[in-house]
Amino acid sequence: MNEAQLQEIILKTITELVGQEGKTTAPSAGPKVDPGEVADLSAVDYRKIIDVPNPANEEEYRLLRSQTVARLGVWRAGPRYRTNTFLRFRADHAVAMDAVFTDVPQEVLEEAGLFSVQTLCDSKDTYLTRPDLGRRFSDETVAELRKRCVLNPDVQIVVSDGLSSTSVTANIRDVLPAILQGLKSSGVTVGTPFFIKYGRVGAMDAVTEALGSKVTVILLGERPGLATGESMSAYMTYGGYIGIPEANRTVVSNIHRGGTTPTEAGAFIAELCLRMLKEKASGLDLKV
Amino acid sequence: MKLKTTLNGSSFAFRDIKDVLAKANEPKSADRFQGIAAATATERVAAKIVLSELTVGDLTENPTVPYEKDEVTRVNIDGLNKPMYERFKNMTIGELREWILDHGTSTEELCRASRAFTGEVVAAVAKIMSAMDLVYGASKIVRPTKCITQIGLPGTLSYRCQTNSTTDDVPSILLGVMEGLSYGSGDACLGINPVTDDTETTKRIADGLWNLVRKNDIPTQITVLSHITTQMQAVRNGAPLSMFFQSIAGTQAANDNFGVNRALLEEAYALARESCTGLGPNLLYFETGQGSEVSIGADEGVDEMTLEARTYGFGRFFNPFMVNNVSGFIGPETLYDGKEMIRANLEDHFMGKLIGLPMGMAPCYTNHTSITQDDQEMATALLAMAGANYYMGVPVGDDVMLSYQDTSFHDDATLRELTHRLPAPEFHKWMMKMDLMDENGRLTPRAGDASIFLK
Repeated sequence: MNEAQLQEIILKTITELVGQEGKTTAPSAGPKVDPGEVADLSAVDYRKIIDVPNPANEEEYRLLRSQTVARLGVWRAGPRYRTNTFLRFRADHAVAMDAVFTDVPQEVLEEAGLFSVQTLCDSKDTYLTRPDLGRRFSDETVAELRKRCVLNPDVQIVVSDGLSSTSVTANIRDVLPAILQGLKSSGVTVGTPFFIKYGRVGAMDAVTEALGSKVTVILLGERPGLATGESMSAYMTYGGYIGIPEANRTVVSNIHRGGTTPTEAGAFIAELCLRMLKEKASGLDLKV
Repeated sequence: MKLKTTLNGSSFAFRDIKDVLAKANEPKSADRFQGIAAATATERVAAKIVLSELTVGDLTENPTVPYEKDEVTRVNIDGLNKPMYERFKNMTIGELREWILDHGTSTEELCRASRAFTGEVVAAVAKIMSAMDLVYGASKIVRPTKCITQIGLPGTLSYRCQTNSTTDDVPSILLGVMEGLSYGSGDACLGINPVTDDTETTKRIADGLWNLVRKNDIPTQITVLSHITTQMQAVRNGAPLSMFFQSIAGTQAANDNFGVNRALLEEAYALARESCTGLGPNLLYFETGQGSEVSIGADEGVDEMTLEARTYGFGRFFNPFMVNNVSGFIGPETLYDGKEMIRANLEDHFMGKLIGLPMGMAPCYTNHTSITQDDQEMATALLAMAGANYYMGVPVGDDVMLSYQDTSFHDDATLRELTHRLPAPEFHKWMMKMDLMDENGRLTPRAGDASIFLK
């Protein structure tokens, strides 16, 4: 046995001993946990931040940067993002993903007084890959709607998750009462509002045909952008039918607390409903 | 033409070439949505085997949409070079695959051969290739083009700087461009998608971009991506666009929906030659993407990959300066997940290069799909090996106007380092003059500060 081999054996023995020791010792108390918390990265208004060290013209950089939502002035680690840039991007993407892939909580629908029906989609996955099925109902569902809803109303309002359940949760409490309030004193009849799970815009036309409403309004969660999962749109038709041209829908989009607020939007939608009933038209045919 | 085979104990009879092409695809959600996908793994491979025995001539003479009915078919076939087509007509698709990959087939031979192929042929060969086949095959093909400057030369990698604004606010757009330029993004073009499609907005954005280009002597071209008729009117009103942009698709019905046809593109090319700031000979910019025809119900029952290849055969006719796909932009009803998106991007790049296009790439994703940032970056890295001419440069990959994620300024700089490629030659010299990049294409400590252009 030479010296090198001897050293190797000694080293191996020591390693094994240390390993055994590690196994038999009771776990330590662990690192000390600070009672405070890591700052909320999503609360940072990055329009106010220039991460570029010693910029050539800081004053104008800051001014221009504050006027756009684009992710500018972020600097770099080598050619890659800095850690805060990357994690904020991921946080904003997570908001969007959660808006699409979660369901509207039952209690939100109950609180809004909405019963729930489903399109021909049997899952979120079917909903995302079969736009055609998200516009249709089974015969049983149509029969249920005719049983539970007021027939032939002047205005029928429905709510649907669309591509953002978050949007329904965030806006429904304000937008629906605002519409109903706006229609209340006008003397028009308002149908029974309900919720459509896995709905596309065209589902409103199946509703119109099932219930015989003059004006139909669908409040629908929009495809989320990064960090903007709350946006809702209202699509409205007068005399809708399955296959109505898209140009015949009146649209109020960008309904969320950072855009048109749900309360403002509700009042505007009610006003549009009354105008559509008066003009007997919607979409491009509606003279505004 | 044989359309039947037996495989793994089952026999398969395909209805026609359209059916074989669809069933030979790797899984794609649009094919499932259309109800044209293979039902089993064995059926998929059986279709690939049948396809491999069809000839270039079979696929050319039996287009997926009839010649009489469809302008895209006519432009594909009218764009062929007859002597070159005759040389390849009797080659099977299986033989063509091996010819492309053969060490004995040179870059020059591959580039010349493109005029023998229609969209259906390049789609067919891509359908019997694996991911690495698609990367390797494409890496042998170079497609340089010239508008004001030249891009796509071997050893170079370029970018379109895409800094859209939600309100078409020119100072915001320009701040983004300045930051992009400081990362080396923008040698393919400075290209902005406007929110409002009118001549005034197009001209206002073009004036802003062109003033920045002139003030700083930047060797690049500018474009504003409104509808081509809007751009043409803007140029007649004096807008300094370098070239004309248009989205195109793989059927006449889809192009009708986009408001574009052969006559309009020929008119645009003639106007560009006379009145654009680009000197050419390449004066058009096209965007494409798998699934666009299906999403508007204009697919004629043809699979999205074959339609994409037909789009390339249409685009080739007009000698564009740049072409890129945006497969991934539509959503999960056309490309379901990261795997489908990555595969589609590799197919698109290979098919485009083989048919003769200066192919750039926009591997991207929306927020209503399971595709993640990692999927998108993997697609980008593979395409960089395949040798795409250019990518986009979007601030942190977040296009705040179009609401989707694409490649970023940071990705642009990273890809050049990873692949040892330099910007387009004139732009590289300018970057060195500005002390933003060294002779090896690496950023200097000053890069990333937009405000050097605000002095």
